[in-house]
Formats: sequence, C-alpha cells, structure tokens
Amino acid sequence: MHSICSQATAVPRSNFAFDSHALALPISKPINLRFCGLRKEAFGFSGLTHSCSSRVQFTSRGHSKRISASAENNGTPPKSFDYDLIIIGAGVGGHGAALHAVEKGLRTAIIEGDVVGGTCVNRGCVPSKALLAVSGKMRELQSEHHMKALGLQVSAAGYDRQGVADHANNLASKIRSNLTNSMKALGVDILTGFGAIVGPQKVKYGKVGFPDNIVTAKDIIIATGSIPFVPKGIEVDGKTVITSDHALKLESVPDWIAIVGSGYIGLEFSDVYTALGSEVTFIEALDQLMPGFDPEIGKLAQRVLINPRKIDYHTGVFATKITPAKDGKPVTIELIDAKTKEPKDTLEVDAALIATGRAPFTNGLGLENINVVTQRGFVPVDERMRVIDANGNLVPHLYCIGDANGKMMLAHAASAQGISVVEQVTGRDHVLNHLSIPAACFTHPEISMVGLTEPQAREKAEKEGFEVSVAKTSFKANTKALAENEGEGLAKLIYRPDNGEILGVHIFGLHAADLIHEASNAIALGTRIQDIKFAVHAHPTLSEVLDELFKSAKVKAAAPSHVPVSEPVAV
Amino acid sequence: MANVLQTSFLPSISSLRRTPISGSKGKSQSLQVKAKIREIFMPALSSTMTEGKIVSWMKSEGDKLSKGESVVVVESDKADMDVESFHEGFLAAIMVEEGGVAPVGSAIALLAETEDEIAEAKAKSQSSSSTSPKAVEEQPKQIEEAAPDVPAAAAPTVSASKTVALWSAVHPASEGGKRIVASPYAKKLAKELKLDLGTVVGTGPMGRIVAKDVEAAAAAGTTAAPAGTVAVSPSKPAPVAPGIELGTVVPFTTMQGAVSRNMVESLSVPTFRVGYTITTNELDALYKKIKSKGVTMTALLAKATALALAQHPVVNSCCRDGNSFTYNSSINIAVAVAIDGGLITPVLQDADKVDIYTLSRKWKELVDKARAKQLQPHEYNTGTFTLSNLGMFGVDRFDAILPPGTGAIMAVGASQPTVVASKDGRIGMKNQMQVNVTADHRVIYGADLAAFLQTLAKIVEDPKDLTF
Repeated sequence: MHSICSQATAVPRSNFAFDSHALALPISKPINLRFCGLRKEAFGFSGLTHSCSSRVQFTSRGHSKRISASAENNGTPPKSFDYDLIIIGAGVGGHGAALHAVEKGLRTAIIEGDVVGGTCVNRGCVPSKALLAVSGKMRELQSEHHMKALGLQVSAAGYDRQGVADHANNLASKIRSNLTNSMKALGVDILTGFGAIVGPQKVKYGKVGFPDNIVTAKDIIIATGSIPFVPKGIEVDGKTVITSDHALKLESVPDWIAIVGSGYIGLEFSDVYTALGSEVTFIEALDQLMPGFDPEIGKLAQRVLINPRKIDYHTGVFATKITPAKDGKPVTIELIDAKTKEPKDTLEVDAALIATGRAPFTNGLGLENINVVTQRGFVPVDERMRVIDANGNLVPHLYCIGDANGKMMLAHAASAQGISVVEQVTGRDHVLNHLSIPAACFTHPEISMVGLTEPQAREKAEKEGFEVSVAKTSFKANTKALAENEGEGLAKLIYRPDNGEILGVHIFGLHAADLIHEASNAIALGTRIQDIKFAVHAHPTLSEVLDELFKSAKVKAAAPSHVPVSEPVAV
Repeated sequence: MANVLQTSFLPSISSLRRTPISGSKGKSQSLQVKAKIREIFMPALSSTMTEGKIVSWMKSEGDKLSKGESVVVVESDKADMDVESFHEGFLAAIMVEEGGVAPVGSAIALLAETEDEIAEAKAKSQSSSSTSPKAVEEQPKQIEEAAPDVPAAAAPTVSASKTVALWSAVHPASEGGKRIVASPYAKKLAKELKLDLGTVVGTGPMGRIVAKDVEAAAAAGTTAAPAGTVAVSPSKPAPVAPGIELGTVVPFTTMQGAVSRNMVESLSVPTFRVGYTITTNELDALYKKIKSKGVTMTALLAKATALALAQHPVVNSCCRDGNSFTYNSSINIAVAVAIDGGLITPVLQDADKVDIYTLSRKWKELVDKARAKQLQPHEYNTGTFTLSNLGMFGVDRFDAILPPGTGAIMAVGASQPTVVASKDGRIGMKNQMQVNVTADHRVIYGADLAAFLQTLAKIVEDPKDLTF
C-alpha cells in the first residue's frame, strides 16, 4: 500500500557524504536512533531531522577500532566468500530474494536490524489489511439499505477499538513469524544488526553497542526499504499528528482527522477511519484527488469512495505547517495555494495523518565506500537492478531492490526485483517487466491496475504511432456482483486494436485486487486479447467481468495466434 | 441533430446515430428548434437500455462546454457512465433533474451555441417540457406538484434561520465568527439541507459545528415554522407531527418492517384474553418509598410479574411447533418501548432472580441503548413474557397482540383512584389498575392464566417480596 505519494514523491533529503574515517570518531553524546526502519542511522553526522516515532536514546562506545581496521583493506575483494549472496534488509523484497536464492542453491544470509518483515509486514500492507477487513465489515453492517436489500436485519453495529488494534497487531506478528520460519527452515542465515557496505563484496553488521562483524559475499543485494516521508514544517508527535506507522496501531479514532495526501495510503486510511466513525478532510497538493489513478477510475472512485462518505477535501494546496494538539488546542494545519504559494486556509482538526508518500531508507548504508551517490535518497540502478556509481559505471556484484531504488514502491515489486536479481547472479539474464506488476488499493470496493493509464497509453501511441482502443465492462452486468448487491464498479481495458496487445487494465469494484491478476499475467506472458478471450471462466464469478472485458475488445488481428507475441519490456 | 452525444462506452458511434424515438414528438420538436440550440439526448449506453436515470449533472446551467467534456452521469441498467458533449456551447437548460429518469432518445438538456441564446433555450425548454409530457419525468413532476406549497413552506424556514442567526459559532479558529469551523459531515449535511452554516451553533469540540448541530438547526427551522403560522392564524388546526409529510407514501424502516411481519405472523396463533383488576395502593406506596433509589414502576411491575411467573411456569412457556410445550429455563421479561419510528422490546433477563435495584439500573441502560439504536439482538429478542404498559397515557384497559415465539403478553392500564365497595359493606377509594393478558391457548389455558393473575394480584397488593 505504500507507493504513490501525491504531495511529493521527491524527497529533499540530503544524503550525507563523509569519508570512511568519520566512523572512527568516538561519539559520546546520546543520539536518536530510529527503529522504524531496517537499520540504525550511521553515527557521526548531525543535522538530519528524524521523523520517526519510536526513538530510543543510546550511547555508543568505542567499537570503532574494528571498522577503521577493516576500512584499510577496502577496495580489494576477498578471494573466498562467506556467502554466495547477502541481502541487507529482511522485508518482503529481501525475503522473496532469499527464498529464490536458496532454491537456486546459493548460500544465503539476510541482515536485519529491526524486525523481519520490514514495512509491509510490520507497518504497512499487512496490518492495514487487518484494519481494512474490519472497516469493510463495519461498512456492510452499517449500510441499512444494503442489508435490507439482502433481506437481512442487523441491530446497530459497534466495535471495540482495542480489539480492532489487536487484530492488526496479531496479524503482523503471525505473518512475521511465518516469514522468519520460512527462511530458517530453508537454511537462510538471519544476521541481526544494521548492515552497511564496507567495500566491494564486503558487508559489516552489528547490534548497537556491540562490535561489528564483517562478512563477505559474492553478490550483495540492498533491500533496505523506506520510511514514511514527512514534508518539512510538519511536526509529528505520534499522537495527534501521525504517520501510517502510528495510525496502524490504531491508538485512537479521532472525531475529525485530516489526511495529507490522497494516494493509496491516504485513501485506505480514509476508508478505515470513516467506517469507524471519524470524519475526514483530505489535503491534496494536486488539483485532483487520487492522482496516479486512471482518470476515469479516479472519477468513479471519488463518486463512490469520497462523495457519499463523511469526507471533504482541499485540493491544490500544500500543508506548510502542522502543529500537534497541545494545551487544549487542536491540531492546526496551515494551507497555502500550491501554485501562488499564498496562505489559503487554516484548519483545526483533532488529528492529522501524514500520507505524503515514502522516503527511501538508505542513509548510513556505506554507499560512499563504493562511490555511489544516492539521488534524493534512492540508490541509482539500471533495468537489471545493478547499482550505478557516481561516474555512471555499474558496481559489480551489487544490486538494489524495492523501495530503496524507487522504481516501483510496492512490496511485491521488490520481491519480483529480488527474484530477477537472483536469476541474473545464477547465470540467467532476466529483466523484469514493471508494466506487468499490478497494484491495488484495498478500499471498499477495491481499486486495482496494471500497465498504463489511458492518458499514458495515448501518449505512447502518439509517439510510436499506433492506435489505442478502450473497452469497458460494468460490475452491474455481473451475476455474482449483483448477488452480493455490489454492482458498483467498472473494469477498463486499454489495448492496441491492431495486434491485440494489452496496454493496461484498471478495475474498480468488488474484489478488484484479486481480479487484476488475469490481466497482469497476460501482460507478463505477452498473451494477446484474441487468445485470452477464448479462456473459460467459471459461472457465476466476478472473474467474468474480465472475461466480458476481453470479449468486448475489438481486435483487428486474426484470431488465435500461438506465437509468443511481445518481448517483456523493461522500465 | 441526434448526434449530440458521444459516449466512449459504446463500442462504436454508429448506434448513437439513431433517429429520435417517438417520431411525431421528435419531428415537431426539431421543427421548433433553431439550428443554434441543440438538444442533449438520453444516450443508449447498452443494447438493452430503454431509459436512463440522471445520476448527476457535472455542469450547471450557464456553464461553457467544450467538445468531449463530460456533462452528465447517466445510470443505465448496467452502469453509471459519463456522457460527453459532442459540440461546443453553453449548457442552457437542464430538462431532467438529478434523480430523474428519461427514456433513451428523449431530450434531457439544451445546449446553446452562444451565451445570448441561453435565455431563448430556457424559454424553449419550459414550453417543450409543458407540451411534451413524455419528456417530463418524475422529478419535474414532483416539483410542479409541490410548487403551490413551496412559497408557504419556504418562507417560514427562511425567517427561522434568520432568528437562529442571532447566535454565532464560537471557535478558536473562527476568528470571531468570521470563519466557520464545521466538520466534513456537518458541511455535507448543511449543503443537503440547504442550511447556512453561519446560522448554526457549534457544540462539538471547541465550538466546532458537528453533524448533530446541523440536524438540530434544521429541525429548529422546520418546527419554528409551524409555530409562527399558528401565532398568525390561531384558528388553524394544530399542525401534524413534525417530519410527516401528508399525502405521501413512506416505506417501512427495517424495524417497522419487522413489526409488520411479526404482527401478520401472530394471526396464526390461537389467542384468548383474561383480564383482572388489581389494587395498587401498596405498590404505589412502595414505589414512593424507593423511587429515590432509582427504582422505576416498570421495573417493579416486571419484578412482580416475574415472581408470579416463577409460580406458574406454564404461563412462561411457549409453543414452538404446535406439538409441545417449551418450558423456558429463565424468566425474561420483555417490555415494549415506543421509540422513534417504531417499537422495540428490551428484555430484563432473569427478572425473578435479579434484585429490584439492579433491575431498575438495567432497565435504564436498556432504554438508553434502545433510543440510541444500539441494542444487541440478545437484548431484545430473548423475552419469554411481554409487558406492555400504556398507563402513562391514562389508558385504563387495552388488548395486546401476542408476539410470535412467546406464550403470553400482559397489557397494563393506568392505576386510577376508584370508588370500591368492600366486603364489609363500606365504600372506599382505592387505586386500581386493569391488566389484560393475551395468551396462546395451545399451551396456556384459561385456568392457568386466572391462577397466574391471582398470584400477581397478591404480589402487587402485598409487595414486600419485591424488594427482598
């Protein structure tokens, strides 16, 4: 769920650069340590403001000797390796890569400084799905009209906040232990501590206050993920001004919450909060809510997910200053016009959720040791996830996947990139087609998409000189959707009428997130519409929405061609 | 001129190039229409669509439209679709309002080429909507019907909101009333109810206007209106209960639907009734004594009934299948409560075992929950015997319908001072109330009820057991 940020994807975070000896400086004053990321911040720098909730203070004591010693042999790769593959970061990306590496017979280690599972499992997709499951059920039970249409009678539905919060927390723990166990069972070494690169094919890791360990590996994957991005001027106190990290703990359900950013994260939380009785105000920097979605889907989503709910919004405005509630005063939000920069409004609300996207978590990773400079925090990579150094050359044996490279900030994209890297290091060239990676927003109903939006497709068509057609089907024509009394929804196919290539599919409706895979698989495998339209779907199922969608497309190309059609495209 | 609309939903444009549906009407209209004023038709969004509902107009009258811009959202039998304008111009007149239904091919709006023609188009839309009944759909009709009432109804509302305006919202962010701080839902409601938020007093956190303030202001506006009218013409009959519009058909709410079903179902049960007059002087005295401890008359009556039922388990039984007695293990007294728009029966569970103070507290809690519509199913559908009391209205006796699934219900009238002759030949004054039990004769016979009532009368007339 952490991907599109609407207010600012760009992160004006200065990636500090210091020489490796800086690490040798003894530090005695307490500094803040962030725990919500995968590693600690490296020592020896200041001036970075941390935007993280759980801060602990610690005093670091001389463990500098070893590092400075090891720094001396930087530049010379070791002859034999402790591991074939080391992955820094045990999020969903690192986990996917590790599992595939073991399958390929690689001796694999994974370094984790916080908890296994990373953002997705602990502070992202997983706990949010637990909250959304609750909100979906609440919504159904509260919709008297809906229940009545089904002939059901329910007395007033209520909820216990702590119970809901526990459900989310328990789910996260369960998935976390599943992940840990799956890696242990396969023989992946889990090394605890914050990892950093010391030199080519060499990584150090260690817990705070303990001497660092140095390990070597033939190949290294950086998979350190991201943290919530908080624009400057916004003071996060973790109680009334919060990020998704805090919101997922559901420590309170405010009467009125402002959500800054109307991308996936904001939209999903608006679904949760309104179902639990909050009123929501969206603050969006762009002129339209839900930027990043196909415009038609966005329009429909606004009609269903925003307008009838207890939600209002301010678009085309920046929140320049957000002050947490204190001394009996509410949270204040100062808005300026996004274009003219003139003060526009001041809001006073009970809480504010900052959902302006996510920033890569790459500081202190030791990238300077191998001459890599991040771009707005992201590690530069080529289409094969190989890290590119400051001179534009590839760094041998070093890869970066997931949110840290910023290509597509989705858990399953990270995992797919990791698998792609493992394929490469085991001797098979592989380029991941990012246009085949689906994305989903788990509102009620859900939104899902794969490939290009209609404007993107039209732009591409203009450039490359082909024709674009659009086909649509409605959930209102689907038996199963009507049986569930959930006929609101639309599926949209963007394709080339000349050869039947699927350019993009967008779905808004019941179980859209599950339905998208038929389309994403078709794109990944290069299946054309004239072929897939002959595939059979069980009746009555929601999947017939896509069946009808493919059948309603008008392709000029001759029917069944069993020639593999398109080569996977890299982004 | 039929090609005014283009919708990307259609696989091809060709199906849009249709001739107007009703030949005569279409022709006569097209004769009247000058070239520069175009009609926007209800498009056919699918092959099976015969009529479409206007979900929303995305443009208002007078708005400029460019070619290809979405004008209106139409709901067909299959989908909600945006309909785009095929021409440039100004949306001159909307002929079918939001929520209205129009047959495929009928005009739903007029498009003027220049701003000057808007007025002309408007005039035309009025004449055409009055001459062609087909184009006039539900919505406009309602407006016409309602038209005579509108001035009368609207005027007082306006004046009412003006009086409300004397208050002002006080909120730290309101800068002395210049800014209005209202929650998102409050704003939405105000827009729906056409209420100026500046006239609403906020009672939310820090004086913020919340939804209930808007609702209260709206209610105050409507109730203030009849009051005003009454003052002017006192001879007028008293206004009907607020919120009821005469001459309308209002569908049942879920609760009312459930009541209706239960009432019809009750006709399949053979019931009979037995009445009894009970002297309540002692009970009244007891009530006076322990009223200050939060004990209510309802709780006392429930308690007395439960104690009587404990001695007559058959009256607490029911007949589920027509072949057997179901003797209930606990005595759960359901008490009918009228709530807004219906009736619900919160249940005092184990009323024979729970002491009167706890029972009273429980009762208060149940009533609060019932008013807030937060009763859980086990709190209103586990009754084994029902009490219905209309005494507070002065009703002296009535007859209750037996709720399906139970054996008996007792209708309680008011306790009233009555002149009675005593056995020793004297005449005296006693407080008496009449109770009337309706029971399922398959399981409860006349003698059972009579014995039960006798026990109940004894308990009420000597109520010391009620407090343990």
